[in-house]
Amino acid sequence: MKHEGMTLIVKTISRIIVPMIFLYGAYIILHGHLTPGGGFAGGVILALGFLSIFLSYGKSFTMKWLNLKFLEEFEASSILLFIILGVVGLLFSGVFLINMLSKGDFFHLISAGQIPILNIFIGIKVGASLFLVVYALSQIKLEGEE
Amino acid sequence: MPVETWLIFILIFMIFGSIAALEIKDILSSIITIGIVGLGVSLAFLFLQAPDLAIVQFLFEIFALIILVRAFVKKDYHLEASSRVNKILVGVTIITLLAIFYLSISIFQALPEFGKPLLFTSSHYLQNGLQETGSANLVTSVILDYRLYDTLGEVTVLFTAILGSLTILRIKSKKADKEVLS
Repeated sequence: MKHEGMTLIVKTISRIIVPMIFLYGAYIILHGHLTPGGGFAGGVILALGFLSIFLSYGKSFTMKWLNLKFLEEFEASSILLFIILGVVGLLFSGVFLINMLSKGDFFHLISAGQIPILNIFIGIKVGASLFLVVYALSQIKLEGEE
Repeated sequence: MPVETWLIFILIFMIFGSIAALEIKDILSSIITIGIVGLGVSLAFLFLQAPDLAIVQFLFEIFALIILVRAFVKKDYHLEASSRVNKILVGVTIITLLAIFYLSISIFQALPEFGKPLLFTSSHYLQNGLQETGSANLVTSVILDYRLYDTLGEVTVLFTAILGSLTILRIKSKKADKEVLS
C-alpha cells in the first residue's frame, strides 16, 4: 500500500486538533449574534478544518469519508434556503427578508429572530464552497508538474 | 501608546514586508512574506477595535497562503532581467505616486476626525440596534438585518464565483486526464 499524506506525527496531532477546530467553528457560527464572528468567519474555520484533514491524511482517505456530491448539494441548497426565508417573510409580512421571528431575550443563545438561522446558512455555504475550491485546485495538474 | 502610533508602526512593517516579498528570489519565501501584509491588516483591525473583521482577515490570510502555495510553488518562474526601460518605469511610477500623494493632502485634511463619522445612521445603529434587532453583536445586526440585501448579494457573488471556478477547473482536470490516458 502506498503511504499517503504526511508523517505519523502530523496525523496524530491533526486527529486531536481537528475536532476542536470544528467545535470552534460551530461556536463562532452559533454565537454570531452575541460575540465577534458570524457565519462567514465560522465557515472559513470549518473549511480550514476540512483542509487540515485533507493535507495531513491525503486525498483518497478524505474522499472515502466525505461525500463530494452531498457537499455540493449542501452548498447550493443553503443559498436557496436563504432566499426561501426571504420569500416567507414577503408572504407573511409584506417585506422581503424581514426579521419576523420574535426577538426573544437579549444576550441569550436563542434570540434575535432569524439572524442565527441566516448565520448557519452562510456558515454552511462558505465552509462547503471554500473546501470545494481547494479540492478542485488539487484535481488539476499545473504546468511544470509531473 | 495611542492607537495611531501602533497603526503607523504596523503600516511601516507592512510596507517593508511587501518590498521584501518583491525582492526575495525564492518563490516560497516570497509567498510567506506576502502573509505579513494580511496579518498586519488583521492586527490593525484589532487595534481599531473591530474583532469581527480581524478574525475574517486572519482566517482568509491563512486560506489565501495555502492556495498561493498550491498554485505557484511548483511552477517555473522567470526572473525579469533589469534593463534601462525598467529603471525608467520605476522612476516614473515613484514620481507619479508622489504627485498623487501631494495633490491629495488637501483631501486628507477634509476627512472627518478619527472615530467621529459623518453619517447619522451609525449613531442610530449604536443606540437602537439592540432593541430593533435583538442581536448583541452590532456588526451582525447590521449585516444580517439592516443591510441584509447587501449580504444576499454577497452570498450570490460567492455562489457564482465558486460555480464558475469549479466548472473551469473541472474541464481542465478532465482534459489533463485524457492526455495522460492517450
